[in-house]
Amino acid sequence: MSEFFHSTFQFLPEPVQYTVYTLLKVVVILVPLFVVVAYYTYAERKVIGYMQMRRGPNRVGPLGLLQPFADMFKLMFKEIIIPTNSNRYLFIIAPVITFAPSMAAWAVIPFNDTLVFSDINAGLLYILAMTSVGVYGVIIAGWASNSKYALLGAMRSAAQIVAYEIAMGFALVGVLMAAGSLNLGEIVGGQRGGLSNWYFIWLFPLFMVFLISGVAETNRAPFDVAEGESEIVAGFHVEYSGMTFAVFFLAEYANMILIAMLTSLLFFGGWLSPVPGLIGDSIGWLFAKTSVFMFLFLWFRATFPRYRYDQIMRLGWKVLLPVTILWLVVEGVLVYFKIGPWSG
Amino acid sequence: MIEAFIFYLFASLTVASATTVVTVRNPIHAALFLVLTFFTSAVIWMTLEAEFLAIILVLVYVGAVMVLFLFVVMMLDINIARMREGFVQYLPLGIGVALVMLALMLSVVTGDIFSSEAMLEPIPKAADYSNTKALGGVLYTEYVFAFEIAAVILLVAIVAAISLTMRKRPKTKYQSPPDQIKVRKADRLRIVKMRSSNFEP
Repeated sequence: MSEFFHSTFQFLPEPVQYTVYTLLKVVVILVPLFVVVAYYTYAERKVIGYMQMRRGPNRVGPLGLLQPFADMFKLMFKEIIIPTNSNRYLFIIAPVITFAPSMAAWAVIPFNDTLVFSDINAGLLYILAMTSVGVYGVIIAGWASNSKYALLGAMRSAAQIVAYEIAMGFALVGVLMAAGSLNLGEIVGGQRGGLSNWYFIWLFPLFMVFLISGVAETNRAPFDVAEGESEIVAGFHVEYSGMTFAVFFLAEYANMILIAMLTSLLFFGGWLSPVPGLIGDSIGWLFAKTSVFMFLFLWFRATFPRYRYDQIMRLGWKVLLPVTILWLVVEGVLVYFKIGPWSG
Repeated sequence: MIEAFIFYLFASLTVASATTVVTVRNPIHAALFLVLTFFTSAVIWMTLEAEFLAIILVLVYVGAVMVLFLFVVMMLDINIARMREGFVQYLPLGIGVALVMLALMLSVVTGDIFSSEAMLEPIPKAADYSNTKALGGVLYTEYVFAFEIAAVILLVAIVAAISLTMRKRPKTKYQSPPDQIKVRKADRLRIVKMRSSNFEP
């Protein structure tokens, strides 16, 4: 692929070739991501619709399949209202600060052995750092809106994300202890050898903690107190309209897909086949596993009532954090006595 | 060439945003500029091939410390006019401290240990060189004692902070989740049988 590109565009100088090729790779990752985000919103409305015994969107196009585009055009042509006495620059920049890290995190995600945009050593840390920057968008949006509800939503989100990031980080410490590497490709490689070597079996408590904190980090139901429609209207984005709101929306869904993909990469062997003798490894496995977790996000939303705020804090600090620390000790013992998939 | 460009771009951004932190009036803007300063310094560390430290700087300082900082600053009702009252009064002291700091920094930068002759440009490492592994190796072998002492000092700080706030407050109402879970229908609900109508014909 690389050779083909460079031979076709030989007439361009070397740095320009490199830049164009890199930008092309970015497009190849981000355009499918946007399409998936668009149809993820459609899937959410359909899935929750059927779970609640109704049909969901079915008017625009066959089976309502053009609904995401109708929504997109509607949001694009709506007026962006900037509230009086709000901080204009921060108000506009806040959605961008949420959106940019949620896209940047995709740079280190490997899709199979060779298909990765940037194969860096500290990939896992990079993803943690990028997802932790996203919270600034929420906080700045809440503050810049000059609105009580928005500020309350931002405060809630800040406290929640700090709490759950620690639990999530500790769960990831377990994964990197098992794999002995921060590189996502090597973490998947450490789970080679069929279903029994996937980390979710050996690190089951950490997998649960990661999934729960992943839902909390993306501000999704049942941890969506930052939005909390019944209490604070729409939380941090209550003053946002049109495209600025759509950007928040895009970032949230891209983050959900990112968490789903990370779960399947870190705990479910990514692109590895569950039965290596019968069916080979392929990128299809990764997408299949990711879709299962993406479905879980929707299922959670249709099933669970929203957590009370103090219960969220209690769950994060008093339940998830001790569980992860305890399991890290157990894992240390297992690694020391060479029991488990890391023994080889 | 490109490295020099990146360095000068982000170094000037760092200096500019750090200056803005102390000159801007609004404390929230100051905190946000501090975030930007951390970010740009992380980029400079990245150009020094200290990718682990750079990412940790973003993860810990930008992702956690400054979020809590902003949290507190947003909650406080700060009167900016009153904060600027003592400006002239403290100006001589401030200038004195600034001069001492300047002298200190100049002595470090122009001294023998940190001069540009002593600190040569680092030799680029191979792509498979893991910064994290190298750091971990040094930290847990050569400096393990100092590392553990630092950890204990942090623990003491945590215990101190918690013990300062953990005083008995008899009026505070708590919810006990175990008790809440144990509640049965019979504890809360009394079903009364009554006739559908109280009117006797």
